[in-house]
Amino acid sequence: MISLTDFLMVGAGLFCIGLYMIVSKHNAIQILIGIELILNAAILNLVAFGKYDRINNGGQMFALFAIVLAAATTAVALAIILNVYKQYKTIDPGQVDNLKD
Amino acid sequence: MSLVQLLFYIMGFIALASALFVAGTKNVVRSIFMFFITLFALAGLYVLALADFVAITQVVIYVGGILVLILFAFMLSGKETLNIIAQQRKQFISLRRLPAFLLAALFFIVLVNMIAKADVNNLYWIKRAADLKNIIQPDAAMTENIGVNLMTNYLLPFEGISILLMVALIGAAHLSRKGRGQ
Repeated sequence: MISLTDFLMVGAGLFCIGLYMIVSKHNAIQILIGIELILNAAILNLVAFGKYDRINNGGQMFALFAIVLAAATTAVALAIILNVYKQYKTIDPGQVDNLKD
Repeated sequence: MSLVQLLFYIMGFIALASALFVAGTKNVVRSIFMFFITLFALAGLYVLALADFVAITQVVIYVGGILVLILFAFMLSGKETLNIIAQQRKQFISLRRLPAFLLAALFFIVLVNMIAKADVNNLYWIKRAADLKNIIQPDAAMTENIGVNLMTNYLLPFEGISILLMVALIGAAHLSRKGRGQ
């Protein structure tokens, strides 16, 4: 049997790598990948705890919801990134410092 | 050490190592493709947590949908991104990455401490689940249970998320339309 602590450790590692990517990268797409890593760490924890809920199956269910939410987030975020690129010719969030006009 | 545990450590190592590579490499295309490996390893971890349906969903939605979208957006946002990479290379030695690294490392230490102190294997509700035989067994087929639960207990979140997904997709299509509102 794999203990829950092992799952939580892997999740913590993924979370911190995602945090590092969000803070340090200069490319909006890589920041998005960091967000996906954090979401995956959360989903891993949900799934690991969901093993102890056979009847209601809450963990796996909300892991599914989180995956769908991640897909929706990514679609909108990438559309925004493409628009930002059209406007500024760059996707470095540090250089996007104007409003539209 | 049983075979399952060995597989778990292998999968966890692959996931963490490929995530580190994703965070560390300067080549964006390579990091996106390495992210494939991370997601597949995570799907393997979900299987080891006895959540096979979630694992399949992960492969279908993340690998089939999100990563293709990310690659697509990367290719569309052109070679300016490569210039950014070149600039990054020049200032690698500077202290810009140190705060991020410190933040992540300290947060990791806090998380590990918290997990060690929380002692999750002996939580009250987990012990009770073990007593009531409410644990998913390795040979159980959970997909049917997921379907039944989705249509009974979790019907409201299900409908809510379907509306939200539709709104998000229409919004994304509207945002990325050409010649918008000029």
